[in-house]
Amino acid sequence: MTAFLFASLALYIPIGVVVLTILILVVVYNGLVSGRNETENAWSQVDVQLKRRYDLIPNLVETAKGYMEHEKETLEAVIKARQQAISVADGSVVDQAKAENFLSQTLRSLFAVTESYPDLKANQNMLALQEELTSTENRIGFARQHFNDAVLRYNNRVQQFPGVMVAGMFGFSEGEFFELQDEGQREPVQVKF
Amino acid sequence: MVETVKAAKRPARHGPRVSFIELQARNKRRSFILVVMMLGIVTAIGTTLGATWGCWWLGLLIGLVAAIIHYAAARMSGTRMVMAATGARPLGKREDPQLVNVIEEIAISAGMPCPAIWIIEEDSSNAFATGFDRDDAAVAITRGLRHKLKRDELQAVIAHEIGHIRNGDSGYMVLMAVLVGSVALLADIGIRTLRHGGRSRRGGAQAVGLIVLLVLVVLAPLFARLLRAAVSRQREFLADATAVELTRQPQALVSALQKLTADTTPLVAANRATNHLFIVNPMRRARAGGGALSTHPPLAARIKRIEDLYS
Repeated sequence: MTAFLFASLALYIPIGVVVLTILILVVVYNGLVSGRNETENAWSQVDVQLKRRYDLIPNLVETAKGYMEHEKETLEAVIKARQQAISVADGSVVDQAKAENFLSQTLRSLFAVTESYPDLKANQNMLALQEELTSTENRIGFARQHFNDAVLRYNNRVQQFPGVMVAGMFGFSEGEFFELQDEGQREPVQVKF
Repeated sequence: MVETVKAAKRPARHGPRVSFIELQARNKRRSFILVVMMLGIVTAIGTTLGATWGCWWLGLLIGLVAAIIHYAAARMSGTRMVMAATGARPLGKREDPQLVNVIEEIAISAGMPCPAIWIIEEDSSNAFATGFDRDDAAVAITRGLRHKLKRDELQAVIAHEIGHIRNGDSGYMVLMAVLVGSVALLADIGIRTLRHGGRSRRGGAQAVGLIVLLVLVVLAPLFARLLRAAVSRQREFLADATAVELTRQPQALVSALQKLTADTTPLVAANRATNHLFIVNPMRRARAGGGALSTHPPLAARIKRIEDLYS
């Protein structure tokens, strides 16, 4: 009887261990997959918001044009920066970040210039555009923040036990954070009218 | 007019460790534990009540039916009914583009679908959120508060409300309401039983049951209300933390809370049933907060916690 009991224990314990290991593996693997999908989804949100900014800029330039005849260069710089940003939209993250930062810079100088045009500042259309642009800048910032948070969570999973073992087995690599290039860019953009 | 626009940066120290989806799963687990606890409390009181009648399962049955009816009533009073009870109406995008923008921004930050937005045409300052799932969720704000806040403060208030939705607080508070309601009902029946029980002579076991029942009738409703208030206060603190997590601007939330404290105009549409939903307690006298039975922590304590955490 005891011999039989030991024999069945010797059989069931290894089976139990194998089943448990497979279960843990499945849970951890699925966790990594959903973490990776989340970062991809978050990145596509950033794209959606950047597209929103591209769409707003022609309206902005059109409204400003009538009031700022002597600022053609500033306006053209904005249009050019927009086109450049669109052209590298499918490129690497670093190229994209560079182009987007340049676009933000040109927009900032445009807003600095509008300070000296009181009529433009009071224009209802311009005020509405200003709110939309402020919101778009916020959306881009928040979407990037959400993306970075998703990458942080995913990377924690990839680096921590037991994720690190499963990640090694199935080739899950760490995600890359979105970072701005120079320190000045980290300062909040002041949009003034 | 100066508007501050956020620049993207690496996740700060107070970045979220869990995603919206994970949070939902965690909330489901906690809600399950709360449901089990509640059923335990209702079972204990119901069975004791039944035992004094000499028929334990009848008391248990009444307790469970009471809990189910309370739950169904709470669930059926969906977003529209809650909004109607507070006199809110849906807001169109064209009416207030900035408010709609702010909500959409915070929803992006939270990584969740944008909730509906409602406005309460009152001069007092308050806001609340409701909804059990993503499709049902809504945020409401009074006209008075809308006009009082700057853009970044508005963001903070909306982030607090979206925090409530993200953290699944409506579900928690429904469970708490069911607990308080069912326990109160059972306690009422218990009091009637005690009155009748004094007249007739029964066996020793039933006498013990009556004593236990007396204790339960007195303590259980108080315990249930204390538990609800404690859970509610914790959810407020958590929503404040979530608001900062979403906006990364603790100072805006602090100044919004200060403006909310300064305004003591009571909300006409508020009542005890909807109290816990609001960002600050809508009843004027309760606004200063404090006390074990209040649904909101004192504002000073909330501000201090935000400043301690993020300074």
